[in-house]
Amino acid sequence: MKARGDLHVHISQLNGIPLQAEFSCRAGELLAVVGPSGGGKTTLLRMIAGLNQPQSGEIRCGEQLWFADGINLSPQQRHLGYVPQHYGLFPNLSAQANVMAGLDHLPKSQRRQRALQWLERVNLQGLPERLPHQLSGGQKQRVALARALAREPSVLLLDEPFSALDRETRERLYIELARLKSQLQIPVIMVTHDINEALLLADKLVLISQGQMLQQGEPRQVLLKPRNEAVARQMGLRNIFDAKVLPYDEQQQLQWLQFGEQKIACNTDARQRCGEHVRWVIPNQGIRFNAISSGRLSRSYNKLSVTIDSLLVMGESVRLVASIASIAYQLHAEVPLHLVQKLALAAGLQTEVALKSDLIHLLEHEPACISSDR
Amino acid sequence: MDWQSLWLSIKLAAISVLILIPLAVIIARPLAYERFPGKSWLEALIMVPLVLPPTVIGYYLLVSLGSDSFIGQLLQQYFDVQLVFHFSGLVLASVLVNIPFAVQPIQRSFEAIPQEVRDASACCGMGRLKQLFRVELPLAWPGILTALVLCFSHVLGEFGVVLMMGGSIAGETKTISIAIYDNVQAFDFSAAGNMSLLLLLFAISTLALTTALSRRMERHR
Repeated sequence: MKARGDLHVHISQLNGIPLQAEFSCRAGELLAVVGPSGGGKTTLLRMIAGLNQPQSGEIRCGEQLWFADGINLSPQQRHLGYVPQHYGLFPNLSAQANVMAGLDHLPKSQRRQRALQWLERVNLQGLPERLPHQLSGGQKQRVALARALAREPSVLLLDEPFSALDRETRERLYIELARLKSQLQIPVIMVTHDINEALLLADKLVLISQGQMLQQGEPRQVLLKPRNEAVARQMGLRNIFDAKVLPYDEQQQLQWLQFGEQKIACNTDARQRCGEHVRWVIPNQGIRFNAISSGRLSRSYNKLSVTIDSLLVMGESVRLVASIASIAYQLHAEVPLHLVQKLALAAGLQTEVALKSDLIHLLEHEPACISSDR
Repeated sequence: MDWQSLWLSIKLAAISVLILIPLAVIIARPLAYERFPGKSWLEALIMVPLVLPPTVIGYYLLVSLGSDSFIGQLLQQYFDVQLVFHFSGLVLASVLVNIPFAVQPIQRSFEAIPQEVRDASACCGMGRLKQLFRVELPLAWPGILTALVLCFSHVLGEFGVVLMMGGSIAGETKTISIAIYDNVQAFDFSAAGNMSLLLLLFAISTLALTTALSRRMERHR
């Protein structure tokens, strides 16, 4: 029987591959499970699919209990769509037969029609008779997606769906997945190690590392407000610094920090204890090179003197590393190429950058384990 | 040329293979995919005929199934079956001796099926039997073909265990290998030579055919 509705996952495993995770994914929502390789992402996905059995926990889809004490539905009973990392196509069957292989629950007369419809829906018309080895990576991925979706599954599970594709195909499939997601109205769980992919496609993000869930929430929220340093690093944030807490400025509602010889202002809701050492982080969009020269520096910006160490042109953007004056820290920034040219930024140049105070975020000390939505 | 012996050998090989292949599929699949206590012991037991001389296996079969043995008497009394010095006994002996030749290639070809493909078949809603017949067996086909050819050729040339278990009764247990041996004993080298050449040509051509077929299948995977 097909279950319709939200997916609730609570997994606890201490032995074997340790894994602790608890999250929900609403129908029509795409949840990205992000983390480094070997962190337990694929195991988590396999547990949701019923291919691995967790030690304890509960997995529920809508009203149907998939896993709990004494209950463990098989993958067949869960009626889900699963796209493995290398697509798992049946090499002896044509594209159409691959899609039809998942349609045994339909009357025979409808299977062919349904398979062709879905191949067309994933833009793969004209190739139904091809065998998997005659298809390109992107085409294989579409067949696997069509096979998973033609079943009208209760949940769609995608394991690193874009990792083996070239950039152009990947970009095209991003758009297709985003389009499909809004039409499907089922929970979609995507495992990826690519944070940018998750930021692009996901409605919700679950960060996982070494089997522990570090943080979950809206992707932008997690990016701007990482809970701790481990999360910040996984989100690709490189500007993580130490500072000492100074008294809170009630009048301006600013938290001041002593950063080397400089004072840094940040807008934070959480009051810090004066004199305490903290770690803080700033995302790339909080670092401005042109604000000072264009005279747009306001109280929301902190001014920092830096010397540019290196510039690396990467397409339309430039990766810049600069040493912060009076303190042994380096600032990493990604600046559009046109701006670098306009401001004549070059290695050895001493300049000033502005840090947006509302994007400065103070990190928690201890690494948090399982967390709820922030 | 002893056509009767040749026909008996072909019959023995065909029947043995018909029993061996399904039996090997049943044994090889859990060995390839599942973990269970005593797996290593079972694998070692299956491999025993590879290292044990066929005459030793033949001896044990003769002793344990002969008309004086407990099993032999049981079979005779309740089923009116006599295995020793009968064709059915040769089939049993051939099956036992050839189990490793059947199980090994089939197990390896099951193992070669990517985990993702098997996962996908389960997530496509296929039950165990459907997974086996629609996905696994078509993909394990090169291994099954290898097992089939290996076992057929091996049974066709089986000597030690056949001699011990069946002796040399014309039309019942005298296979082509026994006939070659008998001819050499009787100094009829021309007949022995003809039959040996036939077996040699058969062995080479079946192996060449298997290699070619496997290669062709690999290309299409």
